[in-house]
Amino acid sequence: MTAVVLACGTSARPAVALEPYAIAGDAIPAPLAGLSGDAQRGRAVVLDRTRGNCLICHRVPEPDEPFQGTIGPPLADVGARLDDGQLRLRLVDASLLNPETVMPPYFRTEGLRDVAPQFRGLPALNAQEIEDVVAYLARLRTP
Amino acid sequence: MTTRAALFIGLSLATTVATAQEIRPGSAFLSPEMRRQQSDEARNPGFLWVEQGEELFSRRSGEAPACITCHADPERSLKGAATRYPQVDAGSGKLINLEGRIEQCRTQRQRQPAFGYESPELLGLTAYLASLSRGLPMSVTTDGAAKPYLDAGKAVYERRQGQLNLSCRQCHDDLVGEKLRGDTISHGVGTGYPAYRLEWNEVGSLHRRLRACSLGVRATQFDYGAPEYLALELYLAARAKGLPLESPGLRR
Ligand code: HEC
Ligand code: HEC
Ligand code: HEC
Repeated sequence: MTAVVLACGTSARPAVALEPYAIAGDAIPAPLAGLSGDAQRGRAVVLDRTRGNCLICHRVPEPDEPFQGTIGPPLADVGARLDDGQLRLRLVDASLLNPETVMPPYFRTEGLRDVAPQFRGLPALNAQEIEDVVAYLARLRTP
Repeated sequence: MTTRAALFIGLSLATTVATAQEIRPGSAFLSPEMRRQQSDEARNPGFLWVEQGEELFSRRSGEAPACITCHADPERSLKGAATRYPQVDAGSGKLINLEGRIEQCRTQRQRQPAFGYESPELLGLTAYLASLSRGLPMSVTTDGAAKPYLDAGKAVYERRQGQLNLSCRQCHDDLVGEKLRGDTISHGVGTGYPAYRLEWNEVGSLHRRLRACSLGVRATQFDYGAPEYLALELYLAARAKGLPLESPGLRR
């Protein structure tokens, strides 16, 4: 999806309406748009530099990936620490928990400034990609 | 994390700029081998651009006087000049950087077409003139007419930007020393530019580096020489006040 949009050039688009979600405590309990995630696809999103690009900041148990970042916490056992709803909220918009957070909001288009034209009005990840990444992270259970 | 502490310090220093003692030059974050290579004129490829700039400085094109015709003995007369840029141009009242000053002489005094950002000529001349100030402390003016530009640069530095919603400060103050992929985050000072980056395989300007950081957070890449980058350049130079100029830098 992102690739197709990128190919459309650099003109600004009206913001796409993001699927609504409900927050309960520190979690978004229900899957976005009722979609189910696929861990294998989620892994690809996490590693892909043009999509999640999570490894600039995090370490994951992927020995073939050199140069993993140290900015965020290691994710090796994140699935044991957080449930699906908690993972979802942290991906959607971690600033809901910590306004000063460095963790980017992956499912948000409002309140951002100077977004590059090719990304304007789009979330960093779409609902399906968020669900796929949640499914991947939920399986990371060994420190 | 020290975000809160950093934020607090940031607020309490709101009108001043962090002092140079705590800010370290880009070379401090290089491997020892790359640091040696940067300081070795024979092994730092940036000096090829310096040599070309030096040669160009004395070359005449057509009727126009060469740079050296007006700037005799540049090793003395232009030594230290680079440490005072960006600065407010007395004539126009606008903020200009070293590249802008060179282009000004080129178009107004030599009456030749501008070289353009990232042209080998402008990179060479900028690297050459910067090299004449190697080791000298950065000493830009930040008060008077420069103050509004400094404030604008600080504002750009501190505001979150791009789809990834990060400010320059979150990386270059709060996360210094951390690994972002293979890079160690430095204080993000511009004192090594123009610099030879291995990733570029050539020398590039500070604004080229800034465009890379903008792209990194998926923010608008402003044009070379844009007011946003000029103001940022002044703020970075003010932050680096007293640090030695180290262009041509060598970077990953
Ligand atoms: C720019 C750096 C950066 C990027 C890129 C990034 N993160 Fe984070 N992430 C952080 C930081 C910093 C935290 C800690 C959050 C806080 O302190 O507010 C964090 C927290 C998290 C958490 C919560 C971990 C916990 O133990 O509480 C998860 C899960 C997470 N990130 C997943 C991801 C995924 C998946 C991606 C890619 C889609 C990603 N992050 C991209 C910096 C980043
Ligand atoms: C996500 C983190 C991040 C953000 C945000 C960021 N940078 Fe950078 N920046 C880096 C990394 C990584 C490097 C390369 C390693 C280094 O020198 O710090 C770098 C390099 C630089 C350098 C070159 C330093 C040198 O000596 O070679 C400058 C200057 C710089 N950044 C300025 C900025 C400015 C100004 C902004 C805001 C517009 C900014 N950066 C935003 C991560 C970031
Ligand atoms: C016809 C004479 C003339 C020529 C040719 C000329 N300049 Fe200049 N240049 C000047 C004058 C006069 C100033 C002082 C301007 C001022 O202070 O307002 C100046 C200022 C400068 C400065 C700023 C010095 C400082 O201390 O801030 C630089 C750098 C410079 N010139 C570089 C060059 C380069 C590079 C060339 C060739 C591309 C060149 N000049 C060609 C006359 C000339």
